[in-house]
Amino acid sequence: MSKTVLPYGGSALLMEVDDVLGYQAALELARPRGVVELVPAARTLLVLFDPAVTGPEEMRQALARVSTVDLPRPPSTTVTVPVRYDGEDLADVAEASGLSVREVVQRHAGGAYEVAFCGFSPGFAYLTGLDPALHLPRRSTPRTRVPAGSVAIAGEYSAVYPRSSPGGWHLLGHTGAEVWDIERAQPNLLPPGTRVRFEAQR
Amino acid sequence: MTGKAEVLATGPFTTVQDLGRPGLAALGVGRSGAADRGSLRLANRLVGNPETHAALEVTLGGLRLRVSEPATVAVTGAEVDVRVGRRAVGTNAPVAVRAGDEVVLGRATRGLRCYLAIRGGFDLRPILGARATDTMGGLGPPPLVPGTTLPIGDAVAGYPAVDLAPRPRLPEEPELHVTPGPRLSWFTAAALSTLTGAPYTVTADLDRVGVRLDGPPLIRAIDAELPPEAAVPGALQVPPSGVPILFLADHPVTGGYPVPAVVTEADLDVAAQLRPGQRVRFTAR
Repeated sequence: MSKTVLPYGGSALLMEVDDVLGYQAALELARPRGVVELVPAARTLLVLFDPAVTGPEEMRQALARVSTVDLPRPPSTTVTVPVRYDGEDLADVAEASGLSVREVVQRHAGGAYEVAFCGFSPGFAYLTGLDPALHLPRRSTPRTRVPAGSVAIAGEYSAVYPRSSPGGWHLLGHTGAEVWDIERAQPNLLPPGTRVRFEAQR
Repeated sequence: MTGKAEVLATGPFTTVQDLGRPGLAALGVGRSGAADRGSLRLANRLVGNPETHAALEVTLGGLRLRVSEPATVAVTGAEVDVRVGRRAVGTNAPVAVRAGDEVVLGRATRGLRCYLAIRGGFDLRPILGARATDTMGGLGPPPLVPGTTLPIGDAVAGYPAVDLAPRPRLPEEPELHVTPGPRLSWFTAAALSTLTGAPYTVTADLDRVGVRLDGPPLIRAIDAELPPEAAVPGALQVPPSGVPILFLADHPVTGGYPVPAVVTEADLDVAAQLRPGQRVRFTAR
């Protein structure tokens, strides 16, 4: 269990931890005085605080005391995302990973995923749990426009593009599931901690 | 007193801004809001609004508005000539506007972003609790175009309390204070003294997301790829070129390049007023 607290200006600290969502849950359960927001990412948790209430040194001490031992995990929801595997990069991914297109689809659809964090754009969820055989660097030239609903992979992550945007991920298929809709009470279908399964559709 | 304001001209880029959407970064939604928050707050206070009301952020001036009802407006931020009807009026002061009068902003002569608040606020539909345009996240009202009509609200905080708010002039060569960022150790020991040792020049590659600078590159000591991590406004993110990008209001929620230093919050309003070609100095504190 490792935990490093790094400086980040006058109203934030960056925790580098091996269990990002665990520390987020621990801090939400017992919020140190002055904490205003927690932002999880791949290996880090950004802790934003109100400098009128507390200072970096006091917050650093509070974070040093935080532990994830014996933490009851909140029950997580599971979302099933239907996917039509017709992405433009299927053949390239198959070639780069040494698998057949059919095997790429099977391995992607067979994975048990969890939302590690959101970023890039509103509702863009980084899903961990991708089969290591499918871990590929991003495309060398990003596309200027990736359609909304595209199901894609890059590095150790899979994701569903919430809206059309530029993007450098490999496109495996698309879904009709609305992962981001500001008209919903909970606009984000896939907040951090959500478990996700992809279901291949014909 | 509710009415509407018709946008006749926008200048290069005008958006609706308030204090943004704090607290949603875990969903991938950045805070956004006015780039120069102090100027937005002041403009609102001058017309008797709550500081959180929506106003217009006008890049480089050039805005023309016509109001349907008598109104009170105030312009703050970058130095700019303001005309109401045929009258030249001052900035940093509440100004009465008659029904049918045009409010015209000239070209900003010092600083980049002007703020125009109207008594009652621009009453657009809030998205996730705010009316701010987030250019990175694609949230809020689209950038204004001529012909847009903006509803004016009727919620106010009180009556305008002062005739004029004296403001210091924006500095010719701003000095921005920096503190160490989370990845200073990814750079050589000289990085901070390189950053603070010579001025940087503001390039034309500048928007609400950030300011690309030109100047001495910072040299990496660790060449690894950084997994995405959350950023804050004021973060100096260093791409492979070594020359920092200064993050402003619409910065991405997470970024993939290391941040060796952060501009202090007190200096962010001045940073939001940087113009292409201007020189800027970083000072360690």
